[in-house]
Order: sequence, then structure tokens, then C-alpha cells
Amino acid sequence: MMRVEQYLRSSAEHYEHKEAVIAGAVRMTYGDFDRASDRLAAEMARAGVKRHDRVLVFMDNGWEAVVALFAVFKAGAVLSPINPSTKADKLAYILNNSGATAIVTQRRLTGVTDEAAEQAPALAVRIVAGCEDAVPAGYLGFEGLIARRSGVDLPFAGIATDLAMLIYTSGSTGFPKGVMMTHQNVDAAAASITTYLENTADDIILNVLPISFDYGLYQVLMAFRTGATLVLEKSFAFPQVILNRLNEEKVTGFPIVPTMAALILRMKSLKAGMFPHLRYISSTGAALAPAVIEKLRALFPAASIYSMYGLTECKRCTWLPPSELGRRAGSVGIAIPGTEAYVVDDDGTPLPAGKVGELVIRGPHVMKGYWQDPEATARALRPGRFDWERVLHTGDLFHADDEGFLYFVGRKDDIIKTRGEKVSPKEVENVLYAMPEISEAAVLGVSDTVLGSALKAIVVAAPGANPTEKDVLRHCARHLEDFMVPKQVEFRASLPKTDSGKISRRLLQETLETGECS
Amino acid sequence: MQNDVTSEIREFVVDNFLFREDMDSVSDSESLLENGLMDSTGVLELVAFLESDIGIDIQDDEIVPDNFDSIEKISRYANAKLAKNNG
Repeated sequence: MMRVEQYLRSSAEHYEHKEAVIAGAVRMTYGDFDRASDRLAAEMARAGVKRHDRVLVFMDNGWEAVVALFAVFKAGAVLSPINPSTKADKLAYILNNSGATAIVTQRRLTGVTDEAAEQAPALAVRIVAGCEDAVPAGYLGFEGLIARRSGVDLPFAGIATDLAMLIYTSGSTGFPKGVMMTHQNVDAAAASITTYLENTADDIILNVLPISFDYGLYQVLMAFRTGATLVLEKSFAFPQVILNRLNEEKVTGFPIVPTMAALILRMKSLKAGMFPHLRYISSTGAALAPAVIEKLRALFPAASIYSMYGLTECKRCTWLPPSELGRRAGSVGIAIPGTEAYVVDDDGTPLPAGKVGELVIRGPHVMKGYWQDPEATARALRPGRFDWERVLHTGDLFHADDEGFLYFVGRKDDIIKTRGEKVSPKEVENVLYAMPEISEAAVLGVSDTVLGSALKAIVVAAPGANPTEKDVLRHCARHLEDFMVPKQVEFRASLPKTDSGKISRRLLQETLETGECS
Repeated sequence: MQNDVTSEIREFVVDNFLFREDMDSVSDSESLLENGLMDSTGVLELVAFLESDIGIDIQDDEIVPDNFDSIEKISRYANAKLAKNNG
């Protein structure tokens, strides 16, 4: 088992002059990345970042973010990648929850960073990219740091059982939880996934998924592990541009989420066989609908389509071998190589085929727990086959067919999946309740052809207040990441309650399904 | 001579995208993508607005940053399409 920075060191040794990342007009080799991240790591250490410290990388997809994340590992620190649409309050929460001592960000995000930093006394080091002309007060300039040639003297980074990453994910309480992954966990997941995707150094992988999202982050890690080339793009806002890049760069691997598939399939100008270099498309985040799979296969006849399923707590759970797609569309497959996945009842007893229960995951990719949250950890990680083992209870309901292929049924809790990301309705409701013009709020997922589920807020105005839909959306947009902002707002006179007086999302969902009050 | 649709487009962008970030204004030439104002669903909303409210027919290969990434670019594109339709 390797530490993650070893991916870069090893690829730099074998393929020093090979292109590692193509980001817009910038083309950088493995040698370039190894040197730049060595310098940044050394400068982080010089500024006071120590082994096991947490460092946030709060950036858009770009070569600078890739340098930053390897620098964090080389400095022996723990990486926490943060969605660049995160707002100040939540950033402050994560800074304080993780106790981060350093953050690497970019020019556009210094306002949010400064506001959050005021509430986070432990944050000692701020590094900003893209301010070469005038580095703001209180920051170190990224470009200046990686240009320094003197004294690259890195401290001992650590061993593979050290914590590598804290990935914050939505929690049902409304507060994000930091998923703890060691270098061993990351390497186990990366080794398994690259095995079934049959990745080699000849692969050219186009990644447009945010690298603050573990699916996007692993595209970088896995490309560097295999010595492949990564084409890094910032946004899928213009699908045509990304599809053009597939051919311009002779891309062989294209990871997507179902929302991207829906956007591609809306395009009228695409023809079967337009992308001859593409060897595979992988999709995760939510199951691809069988009709979507059929259309993708027609449009990309030469590409294998991998339908997969996972959660941050173990990175990836299952994959459907492409040869099974025809027979088992709708299944997310079997456990990834080197791991086990099975369905259990409420007592943890394995269930036979056809019975619905919670999916449990065993293997070296299972997280070590949630950062400083022993209660949530105890709910997710429970005793396994051996005394020393903990297995992951996913909170997802599944059933298996006679040959063990798994089918997603639903969530045990209220978590909503939209655009392939998890949203806790509670987190959005907490923000809605902070708006003085609202007295009651509930957030539900409603079916949406592009987003999978779209978030819908149903609110009751406070007495005497008369907020508009736009007022509510503006408030949400200023406090939540983009994917958590509701798409629809509905005002009602009251919300249905349970006998104990709690607002019931379930009863509310029923009123939506029957069309009542909507 | 065709009516200039720039002000309608500016109004749409301000009403629908600006509130998503803590920004008070966006200049006509500023990139909507770089400022985090427009994502893929934003582009879909914009395309739907241009087709239904402005009345232009948009091809897939026209949905590119050169035509859509700022108020100025969207206006130039939409005005040119309208002029062509009416010409």
C-alpha cells in the first residue's frame, strides 16, 4: 500500500516528460507537477503546516488545485477539498470542525475565505492562486511559492495508515460530517477501480466533475496512479465544448453523472460513432435509467459503459461489468474487486435474494469514521465478521438478484440525491429557518429529468411577512452551495405535522404525489 | 430595424443568475462562468428564455461560451440571430 503522493513521485520517475494534466491552454508534465508540489509542500511546512494538520483546498478545477492537493500530501498533512460554491458560514464551520491550519484558494474566493477566516482562529496560513500582480494582505501567493527554487527540504510525510483526507459530506443532522480516509483506504479504492476500468498509462481521461467531489478527486488520483493523462475542465455548462474536447484530445475515458448524461442526450446534433477514441464512460451518483443506458450505448457504440454506485464513506461500493448491461439494466452491479457488499435486515443478518434491506460494505476502502463524531461513526461502522473489524452500513436500501447483482431501492433516511450529490433536507431547512420572513419550512426531492431529483422548498410565511419566491432563493443562494439551492419554492398556509407536532416530510410528499395543495 | 434585446437579456441574467452569488452587479462584459454565476442548468434556463421569450431557434453547436458567456456576448448573438430571421 502506497501513500498517495507516491503516485506522483512514481509517475514522475517513469514518465517525467509525459503530459499529466491538460487544463485549458496549460499542458503540464509529471515532472512539472512533482517539482511544483515539492516546492509548495516545502513552503507550507516553512509557513508552519505540520504532519497531520488539516489543509483545505478551496478551488475550481485547475492545475493549481492539482499541485495543491499533492503538496498537502507531501507535507504530511490531511487534505480537505471544499466545493468552490461553499459560502462563508459553512466554510467557517468546516474550518473549525476540522481545525484546519491552512487553506489554499484562488482570487475569486478570497472574499468568502476572509469572512470565514474571521470566525476560525486556528487558520494560520492562507495561500491564494491567481493574484500574481498583487497578493492580498494576509496571503501567500501561490505562483511565488512554486517559483522558489531554493531549499526544497521536505519533512517526513508519514506512513500509509496516516489520515489522507477528510471529505465533508451531508449529514442527516444538517451539519456536514468529515469522512476520514487513510492513505491505505484511498489506495485500496483507487487500485480496485483502476483494475475494473482497465486503466493504463495510455488512457486520456476527461474530468469535468468538481475535484472537491470525491468522484472528481479520484479521477486525478487514479490518473496519477496509472501515469495516464488528465484533461481537466471546469464546467459542463457548455456540453458541446466538452464533447469537442473529447475528440481534440483523443480522450479514452469520460466519467459522468446521470445529470450530464441527460444533458448530452438532449443534444440533437450528435451522431453515433462521433467519438471513436472513447474506450469507456463511467457513471455514478445515482443509477442510470435503462432508457438512458440504451441511448448512451447507441451514441457511443465503441465505448464500454460502467454503471456504478458509491458513497463517500467507502468511495465506491459496486460496479456493473459492461457485459451485463444488456441483461441487467437497472442494476448497479457487484462489489468492486477486493471488497464485499451484501444486504442485511435490521439485526444485521444477511438476507436472501429478492429481499430488501440495508446494503453493507466490507473491505479496505471503508472509512475510519467521521471526524470527531463518535456517535455518527458508531451508527455507520458496526461490528463485522471479526472482532477487530467494522463494516459500513450505507443507509441505502437494496435487493440482490439470484446471482448477487444489486439493485438500489431507496434511502433509509431523508437524504436527497440531486446532480449526483447528496443533500440533507435538514441543512437546507436550517438555512430557510434563518430567514425571518419564514415560519415553517420543509425540503423534498421532486423528480426531474435532468437533475434526477430537484429540491423543492415548501414554506409558510411568518405572520405579516410576504416573501417572494425570489427572496427565498436569493437567501438560499447566499448561504448554500449551488447544488443545495432549491429549484422550486411553494408557499402554503400550513405544513402537515405528525401527532407529536413535528413537520412530516412524508405526509408532505404524499400531498405532492396526490396533487393536493400544489 | 430590429429592436435591440440587450436590456431584456440583461434583466434575465440579473434576475436569474446574479442573486446566486453575493454580487451586486455584473458588467456586460464579465464572464458569467468565471464568476460562478452560470452552471449547466443556468445555461438551459438561458436557452429556454432565448427560444421562448426572444424567439430565436438555437442549434446545439451555437451553445458555446463565445455566444453565451457574458451579457454582451449573448446580446450580440441574439441580435444577430434576430436580424438574420428578419432579413
